[in-house]
Amino acid sequence: MSDSFEPILIGFTCNWCSYRAADLAGTARVKYPPNIRLLRLMCSGRLDPTFVLKALASGADGVLITGCHPGECHYLEQNYKALRRYLLLRRMLAQMGIEPERVKLVWASAAEGVKLAQEITDMVEEIRALGPLNWPQRHNGAAPHADEKAVKEGTA
Amino acid sequence: MTQHNGHTGQERIGVYVCHCGSNIAGTIDVEAVALWAAEHLNHRGVVVARDYKFMCSSLGQELIEKDIQELGLTRVVVAACSPHLHEQTFRIACQRAGLNPYLCELVSIREQASWVHTDKKAATEKAKAIISGGVERVVWHAPLEPLRVPIHPATLVVGGGIAGIQAALEIADAGFPVYLVEREPSIGGHMAQFDKTFPTMDCAACILTPRMVSVGTHPNITLLTWSEVMEVQGYVGNFTVTIRKKARYIKEDLCTGCGICQEKCPKKVIDEVFEAGLGYRKAVYTPFPQAVPKYPVIDRENCTYFQKGTCRACEKLCPTEAIDFEQTDELLTVQVGNIILATGFDILDARRIGQYGYGRLANVFTSLEFERLSNAAGPTNGQIVLRDGVTQPQTVGIIHCAGSRDRNFNNYCSAICCMQSLKFAHLVRERTGATVYNFYIDIRTTAKAYDEFYQRVLDDGAILIRGRVAEVTDAARLPGEEGKLIIQVEDTLAGKQRRIPVDMVVLSVGLEPRHDAKEVAHRFGISCSADGWIIEKHPKLDPVATMTEGVFVAGCAQGPKDIPSTVAQGAAAAARVLARIQQHEIALEPVRASVDESKCSGCRICNGLCPFNAIIFHEDRMVTEINPALCQGCGTCVAACPAGAISGTVFSNEQVLAQIEGLLLDVARRAPAPEPAPV
Repeated sequence: MSDSFEPILIGFTCNWCSYRAADLAGTARVKYPPNIRLLRLMCSGRLDPTFVLKALASGADGVLITGCHPGECHYLEQNYKALRRYLLLRRMLAQMGIEPERVKLVWASAAEGVKLAQEITDMVEEIRALGPLNWPQRHNGAAPHADEKAVKEGTA
Repeated sequence: MTQHNGHTGQERIGVYVCHCGSNIAGTIDVEAVALWAAEHLNHRGVVVARDYKFMCSSLGQELIEKDIQELGLTRVVVAACSPHLHEQTFRIACQRAGLNPYLCELVSIREQASWVHTDKKAATEKAKAIISGGVERVVWHAPLEPLRVPIHPATLVVGGGIAGIQAALEIADAGFPVYLVEREPSIGGHMAQFDKTFPTMDCAACILTPRMVSVGTHPNITLLTWSEVMEVQGYVGNFTVTIRKKARYIKEDLCTGCGICQEKCPKKVIDEVFEAGLGYRKAVYTPFPQAVPKYPVIDRENCTYFQKGTCRACEKLCPTEAIDFEQTDELLTVQVGNIILATGFDILDARRIGQYGYGRLANVFTSLEFERLSNAAGPTNGQIVLRDGVTQPQTVGIIHCAGSRDRNFNNYCSAICCMQSLKFAHLVRERTGATVYNFYIDIRTTAKAYDEFYQRVLDDGAILIRGRVAEVTDAARLPGEEGKLIIQVEDTLAGKQRRIPVDMVVLSVGLEPRHDAKEVAHRFGISCSADGWIIEKHPKLDPVATMTEGVFVAGCAQGPKDIPSTVAQGAAAAARVLARIQQHEIALEPVRASVDESKCSGCRICNGLCPFNAIIFHEDRMVTEINPALCQGCGTCVAACPAGAISGTVFSNEQVLAQIEGLLLDVARRAPAPEPAPV
């Protein structure tokens, strides 16, 4: 890992809370590192774990999942379903030889632009410390860390 | 994952990069981004990429329309601000040029890049990635039609303060039915507790009670006091609201409001709500004589009959036999098309500001207590007296910003305290001639005729001292301080510490969100800011709408404000609702899930996931179906289906997976990843 490693993160946001928190961070000119690229879903409940694996397989070093605070879901309770899937997914990632810390779930309401910016800043630093995710497809040749077979099984 | 929604691989995509003046162009090299898109996304179908000063201007929109017509674009990606601001603008532009509006994608390079990053190179690269994500996504967009739903002509107004009263009257006068729900036994809200209103000093009751009477007698208003909203189901145009009408123990059809029950009731109770703890009411009561409706309520907790099983004095003496101890709470269900929340505010609990001694030092009063003291219909008949009920104060200290603009309590300015404190100073000077000191941080008298009122109070002889009060104490140190309350303050204009002995202290306590504001907001599917005030759709341009279609907000529920602004918001919310009702229907985003029955294995994993009961399982065919009228489009079932049989429009698997790939286009990759199946 070189000192110049700039991680790339994919951030999944909920249309009703965290996407608006990102808008608010922008309006308020709160700064965070440019290493994250956000994607809007209607709800964190829409997050198919496949999306996370797809992001990691396509070159992301980490994935931030964001949703409404427990009890504040726009669709009543779908963020709890996101939480369940997230906890299972982390276990699966570990079995695949991927550090579970590369995927993180945080709650951010529409009013929490500053909080979201801070969470992004923190996670970029955490992933920077972890180093690049050497997903097999990213590099020619062998996968240095991950068990290729497990990865294939996990995504096939 | 084999849904074919028009991805022919032959799309002709136009990319439009906005400068937004210097908002985007100041950080992102927009011209380079547009050139890059034209060159590097060409193989993805981009046939034209342009940058323009303001894409949202009519010239910017015409640029897109012209390209659609002349270059035969089949998809459009606009890289500009948040879709929550201009998605509609660009969709409508596409529609004008003959392109289905849902074939346009707006990606945010302002809120998500130029405004939040300082490194120009990195922000430019990120903008490219965001556009690439949009291009990959838009390929999978399908032409859609908005869902059209009818608007029920009735409206629910929650909260019967001046905001709710104004909103209800505006809608009812326009000829449409209104349900006005109020938690307390009478409408009127905080304004009914006040004596005078600044800056004109009109009597609050004189201007408010005619409005209250209009609400009570209006043929289009169903007034539900002593009631609370329990549940809200449905969506804009079609809400089903369950209201709990608490038992009054009074038959409303028989009660004439004569007041004999209140007169004869032997049980006196301290009135913590309307009289702010300074006065008494009976166990059967109306909060004040002009209450609307006129029917009293029996307070079960304090009624001798309910507590001890005997008494029934009211029942014996009621001339119309309107007392009914057997009454129970009623659940009403009403259909409405729109909802206006006007739930108001609470005042900060002054006990929290320990150094000001409220609750410990008898003659420290809150602003609401002072309102009742100075009110001619209040517990002292308008006599401004100390807690003993007889002594007139010789000196009064009024402390502004108690709990506002203070990190220990609330950071925000409560907006009304300066004027309220000056009003108090004026009333004390007028009624008692006592010496008045006002302690302020800044004087904020910004609305019409407010500063003139401030000058008038100065002319009245009130003494204004600039400085935040450190402490109110009864520990005398100097001659002349015995038996007084001493206000310790740094006079920042004179540059010295002062101790000012007074007989009475009034705390202009800050406004706070209702203690249950978050709970209420959740019930109506809207959100509160970190402070607890309801978040409006846009702080400047859409101040009475909320993020949830069909739910509007008015008055102090949205943030502290004075009566003129509250009334204006009530009327504004009503105007928005009326516009909706007159359109008869509303177009909604067609974000819905649907099941491909040929792929559904009948596993029923999705069946338990829908909180809206939109998922139906057909036992006979062993397949699941989604009712589009109930589906809200969250997509949780789409994510759960192991067979990939459920698809969500606008957020399909193909769209999301393609966008992920697009967002990561620049990340070194040997070959495209194999398309994963749902896990």
